[in-house]
Amino acid sequence: MKSISGLAKVSLAQSTRAMLAGGMATPSPLAARLAGSARRASTQGEQATVTVRDAINQGLAEEMDANDKVFVMGEEVGQYQGAYKVTRGLLDRFGPQRVIDSPITEMGFTGLCVGAAMAGLTPVCEFMTFNFAMQAIDQIVNSAAKSHYMSGGVLSANIVFRGPNGFASGVAAQHSQDYAPWYGSIPGLKVVSPYSAEDAKGLIKAAIRDPNPVVMLENELMYGESFAVGEDFHSSDFVVPIGKAKVEIPGTDVTLISHSYQLRHCFAAAKILKEQYNISAEVLNLRSIKPLDVPAIVESIKKTNRAVVVESAFPGFGLGSEICAQVSESEAWDYLDAPISRVTGAEVPTPYYKELEDMSFPNADVVVRAARQVLYHEDA
Amino acid sequence: MVSMSEDSPTTQGHARLHKTSPAESKSTQLAKPTSTSMFAQRYGGFALRARHFSKCAIRRSMLQASHQATNPGLEKDDRDFTGQLNVIDPESIPKIKTYRLLDLEGNLLDPDYKVPFTREEATKIYRDMVTISIMDQIMYDAQRQGRLSFYMVSAGEEGISVGSAAALKPDDQIFCQYREQGVLLHRGATLKELMSQLYANADDPARGRMMPVHYQNARINVHPISSPLTSQLPHAAGAAYALKMSGTPAISMCYFGDGAASEGDFHGALNIAATRNCPVVFFCRNNGYAISTPTEEQFRGDGIASRGAGYGIPAIRVDGNDLFAVHRVTAMAREMAVKEQRPVLIEAMSYRVSHHSTSDDSFAYRSRTEVENWKRHDNPISRMRKWMEKQQWWSDEDEMSARHELRKDILREFSAAEKVKLPEIKHVFTDVWAAAPAILKEQQEELKEFLGRHKEEYNLDKYENGINGL
Repeated sequence: MKSISGLAKVSLAQSTRAMLAGGMATPSPLAARLAGSARRASTQGEQATVTVRDAINQGLAEEMDANDKVFVMGEEVGQYQGAYKVTRGLLDRFGPQRVIDSPITEMGFTGLCVGAAMAGLTPVCEFMTFNFAMQAIDQIVNSAAKSHYMSGGVLSANIVFRGPNGFASGVAAQHSQDYAPWYGSIPGLKVVSPYSAEDAKGLIKAAIRDPNPVVMLENELMYGESFAVGEDFHSSDFVVPIGKAKVEIPGTDVTLISHSYQLRHCFAAAKILKEQYNISAEVLNLRSIKPLDVPAIVESIKKTNRAVVVESAFPGFGLGSEICAQVSESEAWDYLDAPISRVTGAEVPTPYYKELEDMSFPNADVVVRAARQVLYHEDA
Repeated sequence: MVSMSEDSPTTQGHARLHKTSPAESKSTQLAKPTSTSMFAQRYGGFALRARHFSKCAIRRSMLQASHQATNPGLEKDDRDFTGQLNVIDPESIPKIKTYRLLDLEGNLLDPDYKVPFTREEATKIYRDMVTISIMDQIMYDAQRQGRLSFYMVSAGEEGISVGSAAALKPDDQIFCQYREQGVLLHRGATLKELMSQLYANADDPARGRMMPVHYQNARINVHPISSPLTSQLPHAAGAAYALKMSGTPAISMCYFGDGAASEGDFHGALNIAATRNCPVVFFCRNNGYAISTPTEEQFRGDGIASRGAGYGIPAIRVDGNDLFAVHRVTAMAREMAVKEQRPVLIEAMSYRVSHHSTSDDSFAYRSRTEVENWKRHDNPISRMRKWMEKQQWWSDEDEMSARHELRKDILREFSAAEKVKLPEIKHVFTDVWAAAPAILKEQQEELKEFLGRHKEEYNLDKYENGINGL
């Protein structure tokens, strides 16, 4: 069995290689996106498709219908219908008392929402991006997350903080950060990160209904993506449970663990692994960052004996690090045939220039290489 | 010095601020920004131009979602423009005067003012101030003896807390900073409740998780004190928004210090409360110091009250050692906030007689003489006492027996609270989330097993129910 330090070393080396390989040898993930899985999805037979944007919108509207304590607040959520149009139509439907345009003050509107939550309302606090939530992180961490505990259970903060997270496209270092590790480390918070339309609708509804403060990390690059949805999607009871991961593609040889936008690279990688290397990859969509569905990770690793974690956050102290630690403390450790590999964003503030930005984040080929490495392919 | 034109709206506005000072006016009037609709509706006496009314209409109609830019230059009327190159020099703006009703000798200055308290009410107010001052001394010493980790006294500011609390209603939601023990006491918190918090014992509603003086009391609508400086201001705006949505005719009352007003949350809270029309009273205790930073190092403008106009928030400065003035101003601000559904800003001037907290030695940055001089100069308790004595409502004998009795009561609750066991150990793990996830249950089991295994090393008698409380 390998030592802990040995594992860490291998993992770090892995992420560095992943970063370098990402830039040198592969097409950009953005180019892949522009080629249009949305169109592909929307032309899949007769099946109805829904965009992530509309899925969140539908979830918000249903919960606002069901509970008049729910209100939406943020910059440009009303008149302008949301910076990314997620709140489209809500102002007309629910009025300005419940769809509230805020002045440009994250401290002000986040604090107001937290205060309103502590007074019994259910705010949905929209950040134009989670990068801006840095201005108000004290209200999220010190006030919302801790109020239930510090008040002896007297206060609760049934509040949802939501907005786009992670890098987007050419918005440079201060607008390109993945906050999953930040909020995922705070006791008292729950953190969800949807990928598909079903994830998005089911998780926003679960987040609003959950009595705890919930951070919902969305992704700008996913809002316009369309997904096929099941029949039950349009039910007002369609809820995705917080804390449960989803096996998106079952497999037997290696587990690709990811969330949100990075899952796209996992799906593409799984396809390449199957077609070019006859490797059966299992793709696990975490859906929730906190609580993390460790049992699902353990179960999958017990089946495949190998795992790659794919995320866009920085390598240090991240989701991948946490999963490595959790696995090493679990029974899955004994089932591992190779150290877990982390594919992460590069350890640099995100560059602005497109080619450099592309080099800074995972793509399918990096994931393929990492998967082949944990399978000890010598040419990987 | 930059000259200012006669017709500058700014000079007009500040001339009015000046005009409402107590020396020239017998009734309090909150200094109001000129272009707010509520002001025009309520007082109506100022010659606002028609365009201002149209602005007001626009502001009102924002709730009907008809957004229109109102910046000068976007409208056809060009009267907002001038050929004169005027820079507003803050030095040229008259300082906001401090509203006072009771002088240092206990005489009421305004013959038309009708004291709103019965003898019984006045006595309770006075006794509450005295209670707090005695309790502060006892608890300060107790901290010095190592019996609790931390304490903050409110010496010199008892008039602010008790006077303002006396103007509030039971439904009002209270957000304190940390120097407002008088608010809790006056609203009906018992000494036992205060002591339970200070000792973080099993009777503490926070289950022993807060630092001392971070009180909460749901029964009297006092929210748990939020320790990160100024974070309570936007919270108060949010609670006010909740009152607004439910149609409750009550306010959020939010206390903070002159130092807190330098934090970004202050700006965020006042701006959003003003733009979202939240019924909240922002009550600043300007006591001259933020820990060691004197106000002259804290800001350059005319205190905190002057900032109200910039946010479109009516504001007033009041003598914080004058219980009657504090009460009257708070009552008026409360009524305005409820009726007009908008925030109001109060700046109460006082002096922090004590150290900032038990972690501070203020003689490192101010002289003992300064403090002693102030104590001789003015004190809210002695000013009220002088007035009470003039009414024949209080005597030296009353004073002696009240102090004796209060001290006895406080010491009794002090000793009792110190003897109460600490909360059950399981509360390390409860209330993190609404329902405990597996990891918390695992930690709890692990701790129980560990403590059970090392009984002789860990004496759990001081925790309620010992090991069984886990």
